[in-house]
Amino acid sequence: MTKSNERKLTIARSMAEAVQQEMQIDPSVFVMGEDIGALGGVYGNTRGLLEEFGSERIRDTPISETAFIGAAVGAAQDGMRPVVELMFVDFFGVCFDAIYNLMAKNTYFSGGNFKVPMVLMTSTGGGYSDAGQHSQCVYGTFAHLPGMKVVAPSNAYDAKGLMTAAIRDDSPVVYMFHKGLQGMGWLGTEAGATVHVPEESYTVEIGKAKIAREGKDVTIVSLGMGVHNALKAADKLAEQGVSAEVVDLVSLVPLDRDTIRASVAKTGRLIVVDEDYMSYGVSGEIIASVTEHDISVLKAAPKRIAFPDVPIPFARVMEQFCLPNPDKIVAAWNQMKAA
Amino acid sequence: MAPTRDEQLWMYRHMVTSRKFEETIAGIYFEGKTPVFNMADGPIPGEMHLSDGQEPVAVGVCAHLNADDVVTATHRPHHQAIAKGVDLDKMAAEIFGKKTGLSGGRGGHMHIFDADVNFACSGIIAQGMGPAVGAALSRKMQGKPGVAVAFLGEGAVNQGAWHEAMNLAATWNLPFVCVIEDNAWGISVPKEASTAIANNADRAAAYGIPGERIEGNDPYAIYEAAGRAVARARAGEGPTLLEIETYRLAGHFMGDAEGYRPEGEKDALFAKDPIPKMRAKLLADNVATDAELDGIEAESAARVEAAITFARESEDPAPEDALAKVFAA
Repeated sequence: MTKSNERKLTIARSMAEAVQQEMQIDPSVFVMGEDIGALGGVYGNTRGLLEEFGSERIRDTPISETAFIGAAVGAAQDGMRPVVELMFVDFFGVCFDAIYNLMAKNTYFSGGNFKVPMVLMTSTGGGYSDAGQHSQCVYGTFAHLPGMKVVAPSNAYDAKGLMTAAIRDDSPVVYMFHKGLQGMGWLGTEAGATVHVPEESYTVEIGKAKIAREGKDVTIVSLGMGVHNALKAADKLAEQGVSAEVVDLVSLVPLDRDTIRASVAKTGRLIVVDEDYMSYGVSGEIIASVTEHDISVLKAAPKRIAFPDVPIPFARVMEQFCLPNPDKIVAAWNQMKAA
Repeated sequence: MAPTRDEQLWMYRHMVTSRKFEETIAGIYFEGKTPVFNMADGPIPGEMHLSDGQEPVAVGVCAHLNADDVVTATHRPHHQAIAKGVDLDKMAAEIFGKKTGLSGGRGGHMHIFDADVNFACSGIIAQGMGPAVGAALSRKMQGKPGVAVAFLGEGAVNQGAWHEAMNLAATWNLPFVCVIEDNAWGISVPKEASTAIANNADRAAAYGIPGERIEGNDPYAIYEAAGRAVARARAGEGPTLLEIETYRLAGHFMGDAEGYRPEGEKDALFAKDPIPKMRAKLLADNVATDAELDGIEAESAARVEAAITFARESEDPAPEDALAKVFAA
């Protein structure tokens, strides 16, 4: 609960503060990416850093993602702790070799003799009619491929602690922040993401899910923006006398299967909400994590609400039709109950 | 500047060691793969890309490097690894997929990593460019000595990754040297069929940096050009692009029938084999005697034999070791 006299930050500001505090204590930390200097990042998450640290450590790059992400791998192996930004996760198509063949594999292929302590921060998500090359989540794509930790904060408290933890981690961490949570007014902002953030440095454990709301009748598992949809759905369900528990995954890799299983063991029902594409993704993985472990805990077949397997359309009505929302979650509960 | 006597003998020793290593690997590679060639069989499974004939590039460049300097190499990395000082026992064991290998058998011959001498390689064309440029950035930012060298084949300059990284290195004026080994063949496609210009060193102009092509697969000329490039990098004067003509005396990979090679090409290349040529020059210049060079060759052969014995006698990794080392400890 946020008290009125506590400092609230947007995710953008909390990310910048985490990077700032790590840069103050560790000279090996630096930031590279497109428009992360004078502009402060398209999503505001490096704002103010250039003024404090200068252009050597807050390093605008050419539009050359393969080169600067590959360079981050080389710098990380050489003792630095780069934080690099891939402006839109959709752009991974031009540079994935550097990400999944180098960043993610060099630790393993070197038998652990090389470390790759870097953070790849990247924006996800749609809802603002930017069409399908600037609105994807592709959480499942990154989480599927071994060698990268993957985190996705839903609020500013976790955003700061995860960034601090990611920078200090000796393995590569993909830090996926949702544009709609960022606190940039022009992208629309989910108010629930802007919460109290302590000024002092702290970490949020990578690989540990959180119970965002306790309940006993159904477990709603989600991440990022989906957590807010789940919380809103839980409010609506509460009006029907249904007690929903909301699990915020926080991390996709490592995945905290224990917290998910414990929650479903308690409630007996599972709904997964994912803004990424439906098939072969996070939603299926969450359900499998429960069913392969102990299918007997389920009182009903699990449900999932995810983006249909189509490219993300531009027209507002079409995009909104495809995106998860609280009403879809409530409808899933009603179907589950009727079954 | 010409190489000193010690440097010449160092270069000869490492060329010979590299060739002996490749010849020994080639002999073992077909164990278990006859009469039917199945890449998965034998003590050395998988693809094998040998560097016979390309030794002058490795020694001419690495003669200017020390353990602190960073090298990235390619799918054809043995000669450069040997010239950079990678632990030969552990490298051989890695190629055999043994527990004692550099990476415990996780990487194999296309993924040779030795942190002690800052050597890494990878299996995809032009992939080493980014990491080498990043290491150069790291040295510049930390104010630490050391340069980074990326070795690539001539086919790599047609990859976008190469151009992006060259621009980055030049824009940031990094202590970086890009060494293109031009062996004239991208697997089966000749350079003239894949590349718009004959001299890739001309591409340096696109990035406002010096570029130099060295003909003849000559360790002495390579030594001198690399010396200039490494000195520029060490002095903070920025990157250099070198394209070095060399000879691929082997196939692209072991088992390559090389039907695409013009008749007589390989005979002509073997006639220009850089190792006997260097031996003849060392003798003609009175740098060393027959007995001294015989001694170097015998020592190199013994060194390789010891590494291969170490690899053969090492135990296999436990299968479940496959599940470890995904993340940093």
